[in-house]
Amino acid sequence: MTGTHALILASPAAETTREVGYWILAILSVAAAVGMVLARRAVHCAMLLAVVMLSLAAFYAMLGAPFLSFVQIIVYTGAVLMLFLFVLMIVGISAADSIIETIRGQRLWAALAGIAMLVLLSLVVGHAVIGPAAPSTAKFGSANVSSLANLIFTRYLYPFEVTSALLIVAAVGAMVLAHRERTTPKPTQRELAARRIASGRPAPLPGPGTYAQHNAADMPALLPDGSQSGLSVSPVLSGRSGEQPRELPGHPAPGTGSSLARPASAGAVAVPASPGGQEAGER
Amino acid sequence: MVSPAHFIALSVILFVIGAVGVLVRRNAIVVFMCVELMLNAANLAFVAFARMHGALDGQVIAFFVMVVAAAEVVVGLAILTAIFRARRSASVDDANLMKY
Repeated sequence: MTGTHALILASPAAETTREVGYWILAILSVAAAVGMVLARRAVHCAMLLAVVMLSLAAFYAMLGAPFLSFVQIIVYTGAVLMLFLFVLMIVGISAADSIIETIRGQRLWAALAGIAMLVLLSLVVGHAVIGPAAPSTAKFGSANVSSLANLIFTRYLYPFEVTSALLIVAAVGAMVLAHRERTTPKPTQRELAARRIASGRPAPLPGPGTYAQHNAADMPALLPDGSQSGLSVSPVLSGRSGEQPRELPGHPAPGTGSSLARPASAGAVAVPASPGGQEAGER
Repeated sequence: MVSPAHFIALSVILFVIGAVGVLVRRNAIVVFMCVELMLNAANLAFVAFARMHGALDGQVIAFFVMVVAAAEVVVGLAILTAIFRARRSASVDDANLMKY
């Protein structure tokens, strides 16, 4: 088993494949990392970071670390990056950096510091003796997981145990930090019902897409008199990035003077007799 | 022939890009992402050195770095959500109550 493995690694065709793969992934990962620093929206940064992490997983596989390669995909790309995306959803998906410098000349100095660091690290790496790869053994192939387990549970047993303490502290700390005390008592069913009756509209709002040709959530419902109900589209959707609720196909665009399709974005157009109509305009 | 030196050069480049990102960006979440990029670059160097020496210790250290990075991200993002809840902003410029 190990004999064939070493044979495959040493064959010239496999070597060429490794080289081509290395250069493609290296250029891809560096480009994605640069894009991550330059992209203004945080979501794009997260996606580009995923590209870098997946390329690194491929590099680990090339370097004879199949276990780390899978841990990289499962833990980093799967868990850590998803956590980033969840927090982005909380903070606001469209949060973009401002391009105004708060400290004068910060970008210039940051670029200079980056170049200085690159020069320093290149000198260090250039002076270090980096030899060729050691002859491939089963430790870097089929027996990788068992060899790592041997090391972790013998020589690195104490750091491994300390790691569990770290993880517990991190989990408890995250719960304490993210917990929010309730400052007002939770409303009961009775209070909710009373509030609803007092609001003047005990019935639920019309659902989006009712009687329309599409049932998408951002499609205003058609009322029996043919007008569109602005109440049926969630204010979150109609307010998102300033876009209006979609026009119904087959109906004239707003502003053409038709009495049938009145613009839903105008607010409280929908139900002339509805007491809730005024609320929709204020939302 | 792809040698460990190739991978170490790549890890140097990725580390520097991450460091510049930490210095330049103002959004705290993006700063965190750049820190993750730096940790990943260090991991790549560890794995490359492990391959060069033919010993697995570098891979074990890289594994521990991943565990510590996961814990760091959990606590850091919890702090971020707490700050965002209090100040409605994720910019590192706005958390300046302890200045002076």
